[in-house]
Amino acid sequence: MKYVDEYRDPELIKATAREITALVEKSGRLFRIMEVCGGHTHSIYRFGLEQLLPPAIELIHGPGCPVCILPMERVDEGMAIAADKRVILTAYGDMMRVPGHQGSALQLKARGLDIRMVYSPLDALKLAQINPEREVVFFAIGFETTAPATALTVLKARELGLTNFTAFVNHVTVIPPMRAVLDDPKLQLDGFIGPGHVATVIGASSYEEIVRDYKKPVIVSGFEPLDIMQSILMLLRQLSAGEARLENQYSRVVPFAANPVASQVLAEVFELRDSFEWRGLGSIANSAVKLREAFSQYDAEVRFAHLLAAYHRQFELSSGPSTAAHEAPCGDVLKGLMKPKSCPFFGKECSPENPVGALMVSSEGACAAYYNYARDKQTVITNGN
Amino acid sequence: MCLAIPGKIESFVDAEERMAVADISGVKRQVSVDLLRREDETLKVGDWVLIHVGFAMSKISESQAKEQLEILTMLGEAQKAMEEIQDLEVC
Repeated sequence: MKYVDEYRDPELIKATAREITALVEKSGRLFRIMEVCGGHTHSIYRFGLEQLLPPAIELIHGPGCPVCILPMERVDEGMAIAADKRVILTAYGDMMRVPGHQGSALQLKARGLDIRMVYSPLDALKLAQINPEREVVFFAIGFETTAPATALTVLKARELGLTNFTAFVNHVTVIPPMRAVLDDPKLQLDGFIGPGHVATVIGASSYEEIVRDYKKPVIVSGFEPLDIMQSILMLLRQLSAGEARLENQYSRVVPFAANPVASQVLAEVFELRDSFEWRGLGSIANSAVKLREAFSQYDAEVRFAHLLAAYHRQFELSSGPSTAAHEAPCGDVLKGLMKPKSCPFFGKECSPENPVGALMVSSEGACAAYYNYARDKQTVITNGN
Repeated sequence: MCLAIPGKIESFVDAEERMAVADISGVKRQVSVDLLRREDETLKVGDWVLIHVGFAMSKISESQAKEQLEILTMLGEAQKAMEEIQDLEVC
């Protein structure tokens, strides 16, 4: 199918790269561009796009990978809940290997906790239905892409009258961390490649506030190699012309407006937390959601408050074990202040098989992407072309 | 989890058409189509959708579906997604 192949056509990609190089040479300056989404990071490394770009363009890998930004304390809290013998803890596959202080969900499962991987929160709901004597807890993570799924599942639990289903909500929102990196004086960014799929929920228009408040261009981008190259070119054209606008390169999938049903469901079920701790970025105001009080019977943080309080008492007493994960500079990598390969743990103590930090866990984490593709420069686009 | 996988709507499960059976690369599984209940857009059998964690998030064209499946395959995500989808049959 011609339509599809175009997005991977090496000639088109190289032609775009030439245009980018020409613009960069003409401007004679450096460009620092952040791709927020881990899916874009994965694609950039997979297709070796960095090698096609002139050195004056620096791609900074942003905080758009939900498992990568989840602090260890939240993992620990989930495991503290799972330690209750009545509990079946359910989580997405990506969550299973994220290290907490006591180990990852996978390691704790091997030690006897009942932790199960699910593809969808609806699978967790099904588990609750067929195990009425157990407490089924769903470890909910993700940006606005997965938050509506959790919200609808909670609504369904209420509709079914289930009393043994709760969600441990760790949903975050995409705009506040973009503001946080722009507010960081150490990080001078010129513009963003905006996440694509999350915008099918929040709409491309959500990024307008970044353009308005910070005068930085945002290009909502697809995931194909040509999509990303085109988005970089669109950014450079704006920057060269001294403009800062929102453009939607991915309009074949992403609408300008938010999905109205998703917005309504999110507003009904969730409310903003005052603040939420992001691994590497620290506490960010209004950057995450929790269940509204009307849904407190489905809130694992309410139902298992005693277990969480016990965990925190213990954690404070021991002030947390000192582990490699504490010393690893994941935060600097997340903020783009350090490249994955510059980390002293990279490829040594920390690898996708034995991740020390979460950036090495998910294929969307910058370290895992770099480890899997960029080390030996295996790429599709540049090989043999 | 963050990259959507395309599926084709095969049938609706309930009278209200809130759950559907989708064909995801040959694997049939139930997905919620709650988020696509919009006045300006009716979903029907044969339509392609982008699916996130068991929920259809947006309607797409067949060529977009193919494009998305290919990019997932190239990123090594398609196999992972399919394994996760299949896993649920056991639980």
